Amino acid sequence: MKIAIKGGRVIDPMNQRDGVADIYVAAGKIVAVGEAPADFHANRTIDASGLVVCPGLVDLSVRLREPGFEYKATLESEMLAAASGGVTSLACPPDTDPPLDEPGLVEMLKFRAKNLPGPRVYPIGALTQKLEGKLLTEMAELTEAGCRAFTQADAPLTDSQVLLRAMEYAATFGFSLWLRPQDVSLARGGIAHDGAIASRLGLPGIPSLAETVALATILQLARATGARVHLSRLSTREGIAMVRAAKAQGLAVSCDVATPHVHLCENDLVGFDAHLHLTPPLRALRDRDAIREALRDGSIDALCSDHTPVDEDEKQVPFGESSPGASGVELLLPLTLKWAREMDVPLMQAIDLVSWKPAQILGVPGGHLSVGSCADICVFDETEEWQVSPRSLASQGKNTPFLNQPMQGRVRYTIIDGHLDFEAH
Amino acid sequence: MNPQLTTDGRLRHLLTLDGLPRAILTQILDTAESFMDVGEREVKKVPLLRGKSIFNLFFEPSTRTRTTFEIAAKRLSADVVNLNIATSSQTKGEAILDTVDNLAAMHADMFIVRHSQSGAAHFIARNVAPHISVVNAGDGRHAHPTQGLLDMFTIRRYKGAFHNLTVAVVGDVLHSRVARSQIHALTTLGVPEVRVIGPKTLLPAGVEQMGVKVFHNMEQGLAGCDVVIMLRLQNERMRGALLPSAQEYFKFFGLTPEKLALAKPDAIVMHPGPMNRGVEIDSEVADGPQSVILPQVTYGIAVRMAVMAMLAGGSQ
Repeated sequence: MKIAIKGGRVIDPMNQRDGVADIYVAAGKIVAVGEAPADFHANRTIDASGLVVCPGLVDLSVRLREPGFEYKATLESEMLAAASGGVTSLACPPDTDPPLDEPGLVEMLKFRAKNLPGPRVYPIGALTQKLEGKLLTEMAELTEAGCRAFTQADAPLTDSQVLLRAMEYAATFGFSLWLRPQDVSLARGGIAHDGAIASRLGLPGIPSLAETVALATILQLARATGARVHLSRLSTREGIAMVRAAKAQGLAVSCDVATPHVHLCENDLVGFDAHLHLTPPLRALRDRDAIREALRDGSIDALCSDHTPVDEDEKQVPFGESSPGASGVELLLPLTLKWAREMDVPLMQAIDLVSWKPAQILGVPGGHLSVGSCADICVFDETEEWQVSPRSLASQGKNTPFLNQPMQGRVRYTIIDGHLDFEAH
Repeated sequence: MNPQLTTDGRLRHLLTLDGLPRAILTQILDTAESFMDVGEREVKKVPLLRGKSIFNLFFEPSTRTRTTFEIAAKRLSADVVNLNIATSSQTKGEAILDTVDNLAAMHADMFIVRHSQSGAAHFIARNVAPHISVVNAGDGRHAHPTQGLLDMFTIRRYKGAFHNLTVAVVGDVLHSRVARSQIHALTTLGVPEVRVIGPKTLLPAGVEQMGVKVFHNMEQGLAGCDVVIMLRLQNERMRGALLPSAQEYFKFFGLTPEKLALAKPDAIVMHPGPMNRGVEIDSEVADGPQSVILPQVTYGIAVRMAVMAMLAGGSQ
């Protein structure tokens, strides 16, 4: 399949390119940017005039819900959702049932995903067996099976000795650990940010300390072991300051935040909408503002959707009984654009946070539009306005706090590995 | 957009006192005043809600609150059905909404809801047909608006007005839906100084943003108070490492005659019940001349009649 994408505004953060150009794709690769190669005959020509052509998005956290939670979502539905959101590579956390703690499970998932249209699926392996926080998984075997990093996802790791040894073992092989900092005991029983709003609403609190105390432990252990650590889903101003300081001291850590936390905060909880029940909890306005600023100054390396499709029945209950999480892979791009508009950040910098930077964290091809690289491309209309509704989302998870809200920016074409996997109608 | 009010500003549901305008609170108190004599008549009934079906939906066990709601509804001539769901279909795994839908299909006009989860009454109110009103009879730690209202009714009866009072709420504010409703009502009604008194483990984060002054010392907190509201201390608080013992709590935060003497001489003492004598309150105070704990219970019926009458459209 040969594709010509003509007349679009090409934005490629890695190559610092921002300008109108044509892109030519053949045999899964980008074969030219600018002039067509000699005797290039496109099977398909995309008129991208007025549209933005950028690297396919790389989402660091998309739950596909297989195996085990097919009633919430399936590989088919979520890969289609990701493709329609412009995502060409995704990392999926291991909190499936059973968890991704054995090479066979990882191989099966990779095999299933490979045979479906949609993004490249990169499993993140379980750090401990059954995610129980006790025994290490076979990290080297899991890496051979295709795992890109190891994580507990949202499962607790209470034993600091296990964490120390996991870091030492991972550092032996140079594997990455992705950790969401949350002290289990400080967060115990909590469902909302421990602040004035939760106090008012009578919702048990998760203090900011739950993040910073865990973060202090992780950073100390990372310093001591030299393990490669990526911090997932930061949520507090203090936590961001700690990571910023650690980076300034030369510690090689990276971090991400999830898109809902860029736009929402505890104040939105008034009314008890269970769609706002997220992990980590939506924190105070000052935390949200710190996240927005840290994305701008580069202290936060990537934005992810933390896509978590939840069955509607699990949200149609009182707040505290609902399952946490939001569907969001289709909103990754518009919510990133919204932040960029509101913060007056250049489009190039915004796209960097959802393509080249996360591609580096994940250590995978893609995330840029260099000649000779894999043809993972997203073409979107920066100005198109649309409204989030159950019907407008391809994901089986309709659970989003942005329901009925207007979005600006919509994906028109997603090319993955040289195939046109999504086309808006 | 307040889910409790209709577009023309009338009461649609009673879910929380947070955000209700002062005029509505005053209207409820005035309406309750007009019902005060019904309980003293030979025929303790008025026909305001004849033909209306009121369902007591208690997902959490309660005797007192349910009983007072039942009496209030019957005095208004409504038909009352009590459902203790804590011991019935919920344990069989029926979803809350299925329960609510089933009862709605039986032509319910009003649900009185108690649930262990904060926000449960909001959730039900969001999912009922337009003709059904929801009264929150206590949801988690969030709100207990009729208790808050009956406390305001009591204060107004004994003190006449709100604008010149100092009111202290003492004890486990963190876990108390009653305290939250009281604080919102007191600040809305214009009480110039609302205090909360308790150890740091029992006061919620940012409580001062609810418009209260925080005290950790009982003697200082009680000085010059017109109204002292004691909160119930649950035994399980000792298990959560919030307090070392009931004895130590009583020593520092229990209301004794000596501590009460620091408040104004005509201060009244209130408690939402049920009391833990010797834990948060000394019997001598609970049964003493300044205690208005039993009148609170009596007023609770008139206040709940007022709320139900206003919701069912039989405004006075």
